[in-house]
Amino acid sequence: MLRIANGRVHDPTNTLSGTVQDIVMDKGAIISTDGIPQGQLDEMETIDATDCVVMAGGVDIHSHIAGAKVNTGRIMCPEEHYSHVSSRTKITRAGCGRCVPTTYRTGYLYSKLGYTTVFEAAVPPLEARHTHEELQDLPMLDKGCYTVMGNNHLVMQVLSDTDPVRRKERLRNLVSWLLKASRGYGIKVVNPGGVEDWKWNVGAADLDTPTPPFGVTPRQILGGLAEAVDDLKLPHSMHLHCNHLGEAGNVATTLETMRTLEGHRAHFTHLQFHSYGKTPKGGFTSGTVEITDYLNKHPEFTFDVGQIVFGSTLTMTSDAPMEFHLHQMTKGKWASGDIEMESGSGIVPITYKPKMLVNAIQWAVGLELLLLTKNPWQVVLTTDHPNAGPFTAYPQIIKLLMDKDYRQSWVEKLHPKIRQFTCLFELDREYTLDEIAIITRSGPARTLGLDRKGHIGVGAEADVTIYRTNTDKSTMFSTPAYVIKHGEVVVRDGEIVKSVTGKSLGVSPEQGERLDDELTDTFDAYYTVKMANYMVEDEYLDTPEVVPCG
Amino acid sequence: MTVHKNVVCTFCGCLCDDIEVEVEDNTIKSVKKACAIGKNKIMHAITEPPTPSVNGTKTSIDAAVTEAARILSKARNPLIYGLSSTTSEAQRELVEIAEITRGNLDNCSSYCHGPGVLARQQTGLVSCSLGEIKNRADLVIYWGCNPVESHMRHLSRYSLQPKGLYTPEGRKGRKVIAIDIRPTPTTKRADVFLQVSPGHTFEIASALRALIQGEPLEFPEGQDTVGDVPIDSWRKVADMIKGCKYGVLHFGLGVTQCRNSDINVEQVARLVQDANRHTRFYGVAMRGHGNVNGANQVMTWLTGYPLCVNFSKGYPRHNPGEYSTLPMLARKDIDAALIVATDPGAHLPKDAVDFLKTIPTIHLDPHRNLTTPWSSVVIPVAPVGVAATGTFYRMDNVPLRLKKLVDSPFPSDEEVLKTMKEKIVYAANS
Repeated sequence: MLRIANGRVHDPTNTLSGTVQDIVMDKGAIISTDGIPQGQLDEMETIDATDCVVMAGGVDIHSHIAGAKVNTGRIMCPEEHYSHVSSRTKITRAGCGRCVPTTYRTGYLYSKLGYTTVFEAAVPPLEARHTHEELQDLPMLDKGCYTVMGNNHLVMQVLSDTDPVRRKERLRNLVSWLLKASRGYGIKVVNPGGVEDWKWNVGAADLDTPTPPFGVTPRQILGGLAEAVDDLKLPHSMHLHCNHLGEAGNVATTLETMRTLEGHRAHFTHLQFHSYGKTPKGGFTSGTVEITDYLNKHPEFTFDVGQIVFGSTLTMTSDAPMEFHLHQMTKGKWASGDIEMESGSGIVPITYKPKMLVNAIQWAVGLELLLLTKNPWQVVLTTDHPNAGPFTAYPQIIKLLMDKDYRQSWVEKLHPKIRQFTCLFELDREYTLDEIAIITRSGPARTLGLDRKGHIGVGAEADVTIYRTNTDKSTMFSTPAYVIKHGEVVVRDGEIVKSVTGKSLGVSPEQGERLDDELTDTFDAYYTVKMANYMVEDEYLDTPEVVPCG
Repeated sequence: MTVHKNVVCTFCGCLCDDIEVEVEDNTIKSVKKACAIGKNKIMHAITEPPTPSVNGTKTSIDAAVTEAARILSKARNPLIYGLSSTTSEAQRELVEIAEITRGNLDNCSSYCHGPGVLARQQTGLVSCSLGEIKNRADLVIYWGCNPVESHMRHLSRYSLQPKGLYTPEGRKGRKVIAIDIRPTPTTKRADVFLQVSPGHTFEIASALRALIQGEPLEFPEGQDTVGDVPIDSWRKVADMIKGCKYGVLHFGLGVTQCRNSDINVEQVARLVQDANRHTRFYGVAMRGHGNVNGANQVMTWLTGYPLCVNFSKGYPRHNPGEYSTLPMLARKDIDAALIVATDPGAHLPKDAVDFLKTIPTIHLDPHRNLTTPWSSVVIPVAPVGVAATGTFYRMDNVPLRLKKLVDSPFPSDEEVLKTMKEKIVYAANS
């Protein structure tokens, strides 16, 4: 048993706002202090958290931390490993890397920030085994991954079925099967139809552009998969990377996508990259007012930000055509990987510069999304690691949200025309500690359907972070005094004191035990692996936990 | 009689996973669908195991592992090398042993496709999975590779003959170009064969890049050749690349080991990138050993680098040339070696082997081979994919799980290395 005494608890799930109270945990779960005699409490191993802020462990809903494209990114960027290294100790493994750290280092860095659960954002089923192997070598965190389906041939084959009743049933079965085959946690959709279009060397896909040769449109893919998420009662909503990422004026597509999905659950990922207006000359402006006006009226939708962090980083996504366009702009390194029957991916290094107008607008757009969305439960703090910047910048972003003066000081560092295209510097809102707790743990846990995460009420998992209060919120959130994982202290004063293995979170929806005969024939004919070798085996999951559907 | 279906062959980077193996009384009776090499590899997987020994004296596995741990614990600058024909699970153990011993870690790609891996550090690589070739490719180029003999089912299963989703005519629907320095069984299968002079890969790739970008290439009268092939032939190749719908360029050791090393592959990779301004076009490295790609993958996710890593400072450092196997052996930099799943006695230069014979060398392998007689410590292991399970990465990064078909009297690489690691840690702490 472990007690955290006298901390100021910020637990929005349980409406605790700086309430001073003890937290007690046993066997990896938070337990009630009721009925425990004071003498026993006093004798318990106790962390004195007087004047400290106590929150649940952080939950990152969207981060690229493991798998084929992440590893290709590591290969591509040795130059950024050299000066960011960690030596082996008696407790920790060696590693290196800043924007794409090695797996062990990734776990340690997240843990040192107070995070205890992270989700890998995009996994093609054919390469899912690789993702799970890396996740096995990623300590300190509970983890899961999303299975990409937005350009999957089997999905499009089913969606081209003309019988609506049969189509719906077959799609539900297929989605469930794909999740089981890849041991995924949820459905990821990336530029639906657009990646397949790119393989045919045709232009970008609008919502009603038929995808050759199936003739299925992105709108149909979105509608069908959103319906399947609802029908299967998956814990997490559809995790959607919209079409036209990064293009000026894409706010129109994003809004139309949202309207299309009304009535369904959807999580819009790295929305910053999808919230751009367009000037008459085709340039970038912020489109956040339109987006947040809509979101403020539609609480059923959630999103994560993908906040830009100035400096060098590496973009990596299943949106292969977007990365190709980025490569054409940068003329630098470019890796790409088309995956048979399923998806593609691309990787391009980038440097975001405050004096570059487009980058400055992107930076402001992310913060505007955070500040203009009234309900923090709809927002999750991410950098789409490492696309918009490394996750290690979260404390810096928190400071920007909590400290208006600090935020205002940035106007001098940005391109002089920044005020012309954004409204960020007219916004006075400052996030409270409760709101920070919401966007970094309580909100993402709720969006993911993880009842026992994101809060520290009785019955919750004993993942707790203790921060020393500090007026500089970046300092406060970058070095927690203690991080507790599954009831054990794993970080003390910024140092890893114990290495632990986290759980593998997955789902097991009803149906999907096997593919129907028609899809089996397609699989056998056009995949280059046998179906029996496609399914990820139990051996690739450490401490698996099935999160119930429904 | 038990029939195992969908068995993964571990011979080459194709990892064909449709093999059928019949087993009776713990003996492999027949192998179906595999190529000639794969069939023989599986049929004879558990024959001729070495005897566990220390300094030539027969001993138990446990005693051999204990001696190996002692050697590695005492070594000041050990080399851990091989990795390419064992599982990613064993490779993960080897990375940690390198960390614990503050040694050097390198795999066989150091002198095969290593330059291609290094090229990715400079340019990236636009690539695709093998099924995309099967389903979409209407132009296939084989450059400096001879898969008919080295990857025997590559053409029939992935790249040339198969009828795919959008390639219903199979071979008839594909144009095939071969570039090599001599005729091979693969070049005979091509529509266009360009026999080039050795050592001109960079020059050829540069010319093709220029042609694809529409640059006029002018040559002095009578000297209008690149790689001793007339420029008009290269113009046709460039037109074929620009005119295809989905083209794939396979490159082999003829590109990676050609003079100029990694910049050859850089230029080929840039050629592939350039072609994407006109069409979809991809490069695929014809990786050799079954899991040499896995060795690069595992080392990268654990150390940040795909090969040539040194842990002497406690964290991974990467410097090809300094920390790659052959230069280290040439400089006589190391004082002990742990060699897993490769046969340096057969593959490395004589001087390198002669030096290895002078230092304590530990060798894990399922077979007796040219390294066995002179290794200080010999540890027989169960052959992966036949008597031990684990993960292999196909040449296109698709990981597959190997099956266990028969029992072996010996432990797997992974089991031996785990024990060895624990003994080294124990020695360090005591």
